[in-house]
Amino acid sequence: MDVSLTERAYIKMKAASINNLKYLEDKPVIRVGTGTCGKAAGALRIREAFKDELTRKGIDAGVVEVGCMGHCYAEPLIIISKPGFPSLCYGKVDEVLVKRLVEDFLINNDPCYEFAMAALEPNDIFPTFRDFPRGVYEEKMILENCGFIDPEEIDFYIARDGYSALADVLNMEPGEVLGEVKASNLRGRGGAGFPAGIKWEVVRKAGNGMKYVICNGDEGDPGAFMDRNILESNPHQVIEGMIICAYAVGASLGYLYIRSEYSQAIRRVNNALRQAREKNLLGASILGSAFCFDLEVFSGAGAFVCGEGTALINSMEGGMGIPQHRPPELAVSGYLGEPTVLNNVKTFCYVPLIMRKGADWFKKTGTPGSPGTAVFTLAGKIAGPGLVEVPMGTTLRQLIFDVGEGIPRNKKFKAVQIGGPSGGCLPEQALDIPLDFDSLEEAGAMMGSGGLVVLDEDDCMVGMARFFLNFTQQESCGKCTFCRLGTKHMLEILKAITRGEGDMASLETLRELAEDVKTGSLCNLGKTAPNPVLTTLKYFRDEYEAHIKGKCCPSLKCPDLIAYFIEPDKCSKLCNICVGSCPVEAIYTRDNGLKAINRDKCVKCDNCLKACPPEYSAVIKVSPPGLVEEREREMK
Amino acid sequence: MEGKKETISNYVCEILKNYSVERRNLLPVLREVQEKLGYLPVRAMEKVAEALGIPTVDVYGAATFFNLFRLSPPGKHQIKVCMGTACFMAGGQIALDSFERRLDVRTGETTPDGEFSLEEVACVGCCSLAPVVVVDDFVEGNVTPTRVDGILLSWDIGKKKQREQD
Ligand SMILES: Cc1cc2nc3c(=O)[nH]c(=O)nc-3n(C[C@H](O)[C@H](O)[C@H](O)COP(=O)(O)O)c2cc1C
Ligand code: FES
Repeated sequence: MDVSLTERAYIKMKAASINNLKYLEDKPVIRVGTGTCGKAAGALRIREAFKDELTRKGIDAGVVEVGCMGHCYAEPLIIISKPGFPSLCYGKVDEVLVKRLVEDFLINNDPCYEFAMAALEPNDIFPTFRDFPRGVYEEKMILENCGFIDPEEIDFYIARDGYSALADVLNMEPGEVLGEVKASNLRGRGGAGFPAGIKWEVVRKAGNGMKYVICNGDEGDPGAFMDRNILESNPHQVIEGMIICAYAVGASLGYLYIRSEYSQAIRRVNNALRQAREKNLLGASILGSAFCFDLEVFSGAGAFVCGEGTALINSMEGGMGIPQHRPPELAVSGYLGEPTVLNNVKTFCYVPLIMRKGADWFKKTGTPGSPGTAVFTLAGKIAGPGLVEVPMGTTLRQLIFDVGEGIPRNKKFKAVQIGGPSGGCLPEQALDIPLDFDSLEEAGAMMGSGGLVVLDEDDCMVGMARFFLNFTQQESCGKCTFCRLGTKHMLEILKAITRGEGDMASLETLRELAEDVKTGSLCNLGKTAPNPVLTTLKYFRDEYEAHIKGKCCPSLKCPDLIAYFIEPDKCSKLCNICVGSCPVEAIYTRDNGLKAINRDKCVKCDNCLKACPPEYSAVIKVSPPGLVEEREREMK
Repeated sequence: MEGKKETISNYVCEILKNYSVERRNLLPVLREVQEKLGYLPVRAMEKVAEALGIPTVDVYGAATFFNLFRLSPPGKHQIKVCMGTACFMAGGQIALDSFERRLDVRTGETTPDGEFSLEEVACVGCCSLAPVVVVDDFVEGNVTPTRVDGILLSWDIGKKKQREQD
């Protein structure tokens, strides 16, 4: 069979990469997760501890920094692969455990199973992630390599077949490549779910001039971090996807637009670009073919609205990040007026997989309308927060209660907020909605960025609506009157309600304003900004009414509507913990030895409530605050 | 004062050398200036406008539009309280209030002695540790009012030690 030039170049490159990693064979390898989450939990300290301990004991083992596996609840997280044992994953590692693992496992062959979370490969001894509920539902496509490969060394990616799709693609006709992506019905993962193939086709047909490919890594949703995680953990997958896209549409230059706050992601992507250039995967005549393409990082400057395509382009051109009227679509007139493909980080990630394994393989997962997987960040009141990848069509219930392991501390589920500031809050009865682009939109929420925040009985829905509206109001670029002033007025109403100063008529005004902002805004920031308010009004109207009629926050959350109180029959006179815990000296001792709170001084910081020993649990919150006086009167 | 102006101009000129005269370089240039100087002084913005051949008001517009840029010098230590969704729910506001109370500044301000500046940020990606505070580049998780006192105390102690050593 005729082996093409690019394939030969690839085979050689892969052999070299495997050879470069030879030093890790036949000896134990310790992988330490150093994504931002791992680092925050002390991963660097753990890495150093391993290195010290290995040197001290004179053991020959590799310590490799990898990205994030998505098990954020268990950081710092490490994986030990020792010949003769399955690879084992350990969570919440501290220095003591490091010492034990080196001593017991690396020297004495006892893997300390009592501390292990799971094995990576199936074996007879220890369960794998697949054996847990989370693993049953999870299906990793684009996250498969995150947490296993060193994002700073291209060899790891290549050794796992990275860039092989590119080598194949370069032998195909660009039209064929496009055909495969179209056949896969890959929908954009940036929120709106527009089919990528159709977008690409427009750009491909737009003549032979300059064209651009841009990756949207602006990720402005204040509760989502999957794009950052992918860029940090496996940057080459995104880069490979972008090169393939450029080949299919005929672009010669591209940019990765990354949020400025993501300094580690920017650093790692720049490093990855440099390594790809060195291997001739970017630049002139890629892998010996006639195709030329290069990529650069453009770092955003912290504006949520810049995630919107036209605003993103404006900011890249040196203007303010203000959205423009469409049409023309970016595919016709984008960056510097040229045809431009703009896709999300995750969208590009699927491309090498689709090219390698085929559109039919891709469509086997997910639903017919939304094939493939969806990546979510689970946060809020959930036992297993982190990053998960499940097939499209998984229900919210499965995601929250099986994958995320439910609500901690036996609290009751109240709602789930999905899609960030443009999404909505869905109640218990909506939990059986399958997660795909179309079903969510029907329910009034949105796939959005994939941020998923779980709320329990202690969370106030009015406060939540206010939080998101406050965010969109601040981030509104100010171009459209409705978005600029309408959201402001809505926010004022919500603030009044959470202060106990609302009236029932204002609920109607709120709803009307929401509809007006929806219709009167140019871009999706304004069009979707009212979603959190509309969904909470629809599903949790009783909470709004309690705030207005009873001046009471049923979840005991809104600071203006609650007061702290120490129950006399529970307070132990001998304990002084709450007094010491108060940052403003608001707690005093009554003549009879019982503690009490000076309401004028109290700043409602929750410190005393947390400090009071569980056997007493004497500090409580009450709403409305007037209840405290009633209790005081009773006491006398 | 004149001398300071000169240095600002020099820095900015130095940075501008690496860029072509094109409007689309505005954000990268401003970023680099801020990285160098800590903020965007008026003089620097004027210089950038002049060099890129665009109206000063456009540079000022961009500098105020984007959250990244600051128009006044930052404190020596930057305290950023996460106000992302998960942190908000877990009591981010309480942490922010505590810092405001202890430092006696409002969010967005710098203490009079120039030691600390207090800011809000959106999700820093450690939601499982909420509420999160980033002090300089170090991430602190599960921040309660007690921990706020602890963080500030550790700086105080550090400073005292420094003074003793000097
Ligand atoms: C206010 C606003 C913010 C957005 N933020 C992002 C974002 O952070 N990341 C992203 O990929 N898309 C974001 N989008 C969607 C983009 O406009 C665009 O649809 C997307 O990048 C296209 O890529 P896709 O087809 O791969 O989804 C945002 C849209 C709006 C209106
Ligand atoms: S919301 Fe604070 S770290 Fe994510």
